Amino acid sequence: MNARSQALLQVSGLVKHFPLKKSAFGRGGGVVRAVDGVDFSVSAGETLGIVGESGCGKSTTARLLMHLITPDRGEVVFDGAGVGGRDLSLRDYRRQVQMVFQDSYASLNPRLTIEDSIAFGPQVHGLARGEAVQRARDLLARVGLEPRRFAERYPHELSGGQRQRVNIARALALQPRVVILDEAVSALDKSVEAQVLNLLQDLKDAFGLTYLFISHDLNVVRHMSDRVMVMYLGQVVEIGAAQGLFESPRHPYTRALLSSIPSMDPDRRTEEPPLAGDPPNPIDPPSGCRFHTRCARAEPMCAQREPARPQVFPIASGGGPGVAQPWGRSQVACLMYEPGSGHSAAPAATSPDPVRVEHP
Amino acid sequence: MTDTSTPAPIPAAPGATPGAASQPLVDVRGLRVTFTGGRRPVQAVDGVDLRLDRGEVVALIGESGSGKSVTLRSLLRLHPPRRTTISGQVVVAGQDVLALSPSALADYRGRVASMIFQEPLLALDPVYTVGAQIVEAIRRHEPVSAAQASQRALELFERVRIPSPQRRLQAYPHEMSGGMRQRAMIALALACRPQLLLADEPTTALDATVQIQILLLLRELQRDLGLGVIFVTHDIGAAVEVADRIAVMYAGRIVEEGSVRVLLREPRHPYTLALLKSRAHGAAQPGARLETIGGAPPDLSALPPGCAFAERCGWATEACQATRPEPVVIAPGHQARCLRTEATAAAASHGSDAPPA
Amino acid sequence: MLHVAVDPSKVPAVAFERSPGYWQTVGRRLLRDRVAMGAALVLLLLLVLAVFGPLLAPADPYKASMLSRLKPIGTPNFPLGTDELGRDMLSRLMVGARLSLFMGITPVVCAFVLGSMIGIVAGYAGGRTNTVVMRTIDVFYAFPSVLLAIALSGALGAGITNSLISLTVVFIPPIARVAESVTTQIRNRDFVEAARASGAGAFTIVRVHVLGNVLGPIFVYATSLVAVSMILASGLSFLGLGVKPPEPEWGLMLNTLRTAIYTQPWIAALPGVMIFATSIAFNLLSDGLRSAMEIKS
Repeated sequence: MNARSQALLQVSGLVKHFPLKKSAFGRGGGVVRAVDGVDFSVSAGETLGIVGESGCGKSTTARLLMHLITPDRGEVVFDGAGVGGRDLSLRDYRRQVQMVFQDSYASLNPRLTIEDSIAFGPQVHGLARGEAVQRARDLLARVGLEPRRFAERYPHELSGGQRQRVNIARALALQPRVVILDEAVSALDKSVEAQVLNLLQDLKDAFGLTYLFISHDLNVVRHMSDRVMVMYLGQVVEIGAAQGLFESPRHPYTRALLSSIPSMDPDRRTEEPPLAGDPPNPIDPPSGCRFHTRCARAEPMCAQREPARPQVFPIASGGGPGVAQPWGRSQVACLMYEPGSGHSAAPAATSPDPVRVEHP
Repeated sequence: MTDTSTPAPIPAAPGATPGAASQPLVDVRGLRVTFTGGRRPVQAVDGVDLRLDRGEVVALIGESGSGKSVTLRSLLRLHPPRRTTISGQVVVAGQDVLALSPSALADYRGRVASMIFQEPLLALDPVYTVGAQIVEAIRRHEPVSAAQASQRALELFERVRIPSPQRRLQAYPHEMSGGMRQRAMIALALACRPQLLLADEPTTALDATVQIQILLLLRELQRDLGLGVIFVTHDIGAAVEVADRIAVMYAGRIVEEGSVRVLLREPRHPYTLALLKSRAHGAAQPGARLETIGGAPPDLSALPPGCAFAERCGWATEACQATRPEPVVIAPGHQARCLRTEATAAAASHGSDAPPA
Repeated sequence: MLHVAVDPSKVPAVAFERSPGYWQTVGRRLLRDRVAMGAALVLLLLLVLAVFGPLLAPADPYKASMLSRLKPIGTPNFPLGTDELGRDMLSRLMVGARLSLFMGITPVVCAFVLGSMIGIVAGYAGGRTNTVVMRTIDVFYAFPSVLLAIALSGALGAGITNSLISLTVVFIPPIARVAESVTTQIRNRDFVEAARASGAGAFTIVRVHVLGNVLGPIFVYATSLVAVSMILASGLSFLGLGVKPPEPEWGLMLNTLRTAIYTQPWIAALPGVMIFATSIAFNLLSDGLRSAMEIKS
């Protein structure tokens, strides 16, 4: 089975730089390299988790995927057709890819009732008002909010968890195939978060959705995702099956990130922070491998050579379309794993099985 | 099986009198806080007893509306006096906080007890350099010269591990990164050598790698300075990293309290059990359903007469809905406000933690 | 528990729970605000005067009598005295309400419509369109309003219509600025992004999402301009560029009664009192409206 044909969403070479305003006195200038060369693909029916810290570019990537901002370079291919091109207009694309934002209150127009907010999208695409409102009420019931109680209320009367359910219903109103969840549960209490996560899982099964799940909470990502993508300073550093990535992270940044999760064992508390300092600013990223300034395994060449980007296509396996083997190795952007890169831990270029690397 | 070991003894805080080591640093009894600003009075804190010894770290865990932040702020009397009614007893380092006059209160804040917040940008004044703010705080409480205060500020910055501290003293809050701002806020809070540090979700807004740094820093500072710390959070993981004891709050009451080990391994209150299970922890099967607590937290302006958790509790009986449970001692240092602790204990010993059908 | 979906067909056909809409809530809050209601009452009285002034006035506001010049307040037949041409002050003030209010309100209404359009378009479009439009507006904004009004009126010629036009032009820039500012804030909110993400075009988004959120604040700002408009109009009349005598208009009356300050100061002040009362009433009402609109969840 050709791995290429399975990808529902394919992103290659995505780049977005934001220019900094020059101040009146000539200071400033320069660019924020928010997203600097990102490739990945998403198969139909999977959940791709995207993790990273401030400045890694995950939110910008989400907005680029939604075409809320236009990329400087790179392309997004949906179901084989380039977005915005001849075969797929932006309007049609937007019907099929929807997003749920983090701030549940700011995502809803305070002047519209709940059902009006949900019915807006379908009406834009030609559905008659009566039918759109009926669809809105059905969706409210689907997400666990009784239409009789909630349909004609206003956002400020609902709790955070309820509002987020409304946002999910609104995203589903257009019957999309892909839903991007940008920190959708981050602002909720833990018990409410659990309810919403269960709901998302149910909806995914019921409607055959594909999710892009962006979060800074690693436990939640691990729970929800089939595959996980780790971003750092605008680039992808590791991508692979969730189980494998969490059990045996390969990239030094992923390792540091995962060991930053507080231990739940009071007898074995964390002694040393895995990384010092703050996540750097994407205005002036380090040369070569962007992580080399904080990497425990960095060598002089890491400042000069950029590691190759991870491959675009998911690991095809015998498990059926889009199902990556849970124990498959992840793909990394790191010179330690590149044969012949010159790093002391890298395998030699002529090694017969370049995948068999001793874990440093 | 019950772990009754106490943490290693901490040397007394500098300046503490010898006899005072046995007196608790914080002694709160029957704290009640009511907000009277809206249409109906809101009972934010409904009878909280809390005790903290010197050098001890207690974590207050709960969700929104549990009253944990309100409890914390009451220790500094930060609520607007006109719209808040506070009753009960709050004694910190021998002082009756609720009876302090405004000038005594101003001396108390920063000198005896100080606080760090979730969002440093809101807590630090944007128009002054961080160095200037620390110097001002020091000189407010102690008769030292500006030069001496600046020297102390430098030492504080080194203490909280800010790189290039001399340069950073001249920085404005918005010029610093998130983690560094948080460290600066900690330095400001410790400037006058308080005995009690109150932390209101200080790491919630931080990235994972920065969060663990700040948690470890707090632990280290607490050890070195012998501080008492009350740490409010909704993240149990963060609490486990820093705290000796944990108190779980729900609807304005402490529903369970005990050492970290005991609370994690042998929780007895149904809410604690549910909270521990609803974490999307790595141990859960990916893709499996998470345990959730049905229903919603009660309306704080209309609390039920009995246990506030009863309507959502799988173990609740009629007695639970009728009377407020008093604290039940399960083991020394471990207590829970629940009438059904035996049932949960029995279920735990059978290896299950599900309520009877 | 909550993953069991509610079956829509089994929902009983009971009325849905509604909440009062935003404007209903604002209205209710406004009705409870006593200061604002007092101001509204004053404005209502003025409106009555404006509509029915000529019918209610006790005497003919145009009837002059050189024998009865500048009679003091309290003279029999002339409760508020007479002006410099012997005309009854009370009648002139009452009949003058119509023109004065008209000069105050009309320019603001026109400027509200035009200024909002300009500001909302600039605010939503952003980028270069915004810069071009707003910097042009700023040029006009930089002129002191009085000078601009005088200059425009002078260029257009005297008369009521022309002064209305020039006042409208004076008020368009500040309203456009407020409109642009509020629109820019709303535009960056997540719900507008979500609307864009659902494929809606700019017109639809502005109509459904932006207008409802921005017109309120712009309107509040505009009501505070009515008082300014009245004063500017009276200034124009004062200079002979607006209303022409013998029309009763409070600003013009201030002009013609200027010399009477030395002999009958109270009478000379009367038109000013009317302008003052109208200003205060509009401002208090607009303050009340602003407070009523600040509904926090």
